[in-house]
Amino acid sequence: MPAVSLDRVSLTYVTASGTIPAVQNLSLDIERGSFVSILGPSGCGKSTLIKMVAGLLAPSAGAAKLNGETVTGPRKDVGMVFQQPTLLPWKSVLDNVKVPLRARGLDAKACDLRARQMLELVKLAGFEKNYPFELSGGMQQRVGIARALIHDPPVVVMDEPFAALDALTREQMSLELQRLWEHSQKTVIFVTHSIHEAAFLSDRVIVLSARPAKVVKDIRIDLPRPRNVETLADSAFTELCNELRSELYAVTGALDGKR
Amino acid sequence: MRLFYPLVSFATVILLWEVAIRIFNVPNYILPNIGQVLESLQTGYIDGSYWPHLSFTLTATVTGYLSGAVVALVLGAVLAEIPIVERFVFPLVIAIQSMPKVALAPLVIVWFGFGIESKIVMVALICFFPIFVNVIVGLRSVDPNLVDMMRICGASRLDILREVKLPHAASPIFAGLQIAVVMGLIGAVVGEFIASTEGLGFLIQTGSNALDLGTVFAGLISLAVIGVCGTQLLRFLHTRIVFWDRKSFGSVAAGEG
Ligand SMILES: Nc1ncnc2c1ncn2[C@@H]1O[C@H](COP(=O)(O)OP(=O)(O)O)[C@@H](O)[C@H]1O
Ligand SMILES: [Mg+2]
Repeated sequence: MPAVSLDRVSLTYVTASGTIPAVQNLSLDIERGSFVSILGPSGCGKSTLIKMVAGLLAPSAGAAKLNGETVTGPRKDVGMVFQQPTLLPWKSVLDNVKVPLRARGLDAKACDLRARQMLELVKLAGFEKNYPFELSGGMQQRVGIARALIHDPPVVVMDEPFAALDALTREQMSLELQRLWEHSQKTVIFVTHSIHEAAFLSDRVIVLSARPAKVVKDIRIDLPRPRNVETLADSAFTELCNELRSELYAVTGALDGKR
Repeated sequence: MRLFYPLVSFATVILLWEVAIRIFNVPNYILPNIGQVLESLQTGYIDGSYWPHLSFTLTATVTGYLSGAVVALVLGAVLAEIPIVERFVFPLVIAIQSMPKVALAPLVIVWFGFGIESKIVMVALICFFPIFVNVIVGLRSVDPNLVDMMRICGASRLDILREVKLPHAASPIFAGLQIAVVMGLIGAVVGEFIASTEGLGFLIQTGSNALDLGTVFAGLISLAVIGVCGTQLLRFLHTRIVFWDRKSFGSVAAGEG
């Protein structure tokens, strides 16, 4: 049974100025333990899709399923990383990481050790007492990742987690993320609009059409793991990127580099 | 060093004041000189006849302010959180808000009498709106991603209100609380003008009737001191409590680095 499956899901936003179909009749199965990227033009419905998996939005039709169970609301077995770090500015780094445990009723002491371990894992040991505004963007996003993983959810969804970071930090964060995921056996759904990020990290890349989102291409990435800086220079990697780029250009209608 | 600029400004104003009185020969029932004002302050506060008035106005303002603030916080939170309540209550609030509250003073006196109660009600009524509006705006302007994050983490609506929305709204609420200090004083003084036998408003009015402008100015200065102290106290609390939101402190935080 797939870890995550989308069964003909549609979602239409209803606003004062009319209805916006964001996702239409989309089906997708995601294998347990795999790292899957969702690649699509901006505004095509990627966030909407991932929010249905996370139980934040209810599909207008169809169903999102985890282990075959229909998702009806936020669940304990899903962690989420947002595009912005989305930290509580009035809480210390340590307390921010504890939020998922505290909200589920654990007292502060009981989750202390676990929170410290998580911070060590994302290389933020020593910053427990700092406040988010005292950290760089990359460090803040690490806190967001530690928070998403603290209750050890088998499924993690990430919505363009590195989009707000500079190019170099982004590359480093990709390597870090690979390290965190590698032996975790977690299923990761990683939304991005970066072709390189998708090809570098994933077992599989799903290319979505412009809004309303439909699957237009499903590409397997068989590059050997662990991937590293040399992978980026590999000709197989470059070829995959080119293939993804032409798919993406096709859906945005910007063929031959014209816009 | 922080006192240097205000001291120079005040000294200049006082100097110009004195010079103007001498040059234009202004009679003291139009504009008293500094000596007269100081004398009124001295006799009033050292001999003690002003203290009951100060205490009356202060009590009315603080009590009214706190009650207005509590009601504004609770009602604001209920309105912001429960849409159906908002739909019923908001039109009423808008209607009352568009009315100048001082116009309600005679009515408040009829209902609550000549004593301190009517002053407290006036203060509460005037303080309520700036705080109420800021509570609603503050609770509404929370980043929806933070709310999503809390939901993912399994938080209940009450958790989200307490742990995310209220702290987020703290800065706008403090802005409202700060405005309400000075507005609350207006309420107390208007109440005292209309019907009272005590308070700084009463003092100013009797001084003016007796053409004793030294007393009038002494009353005005006392009100200004209350206003400045109240505002500064709230600024201090704001920077202390909302420590994470540096940009909303303005010059206060910048000056203290
Ligand atoms: N809350 C909302 N209300 C109305 N329309 C929305 C809302 N959220 C997103 N949309 C619209 O749905 C489309 C898909 O949005 P989104 O899923 O955020 O796209 P992506 O994440 O791929 O950039 C966009 O056109 C956006 O304008
Ligand atoms: Mg998005």
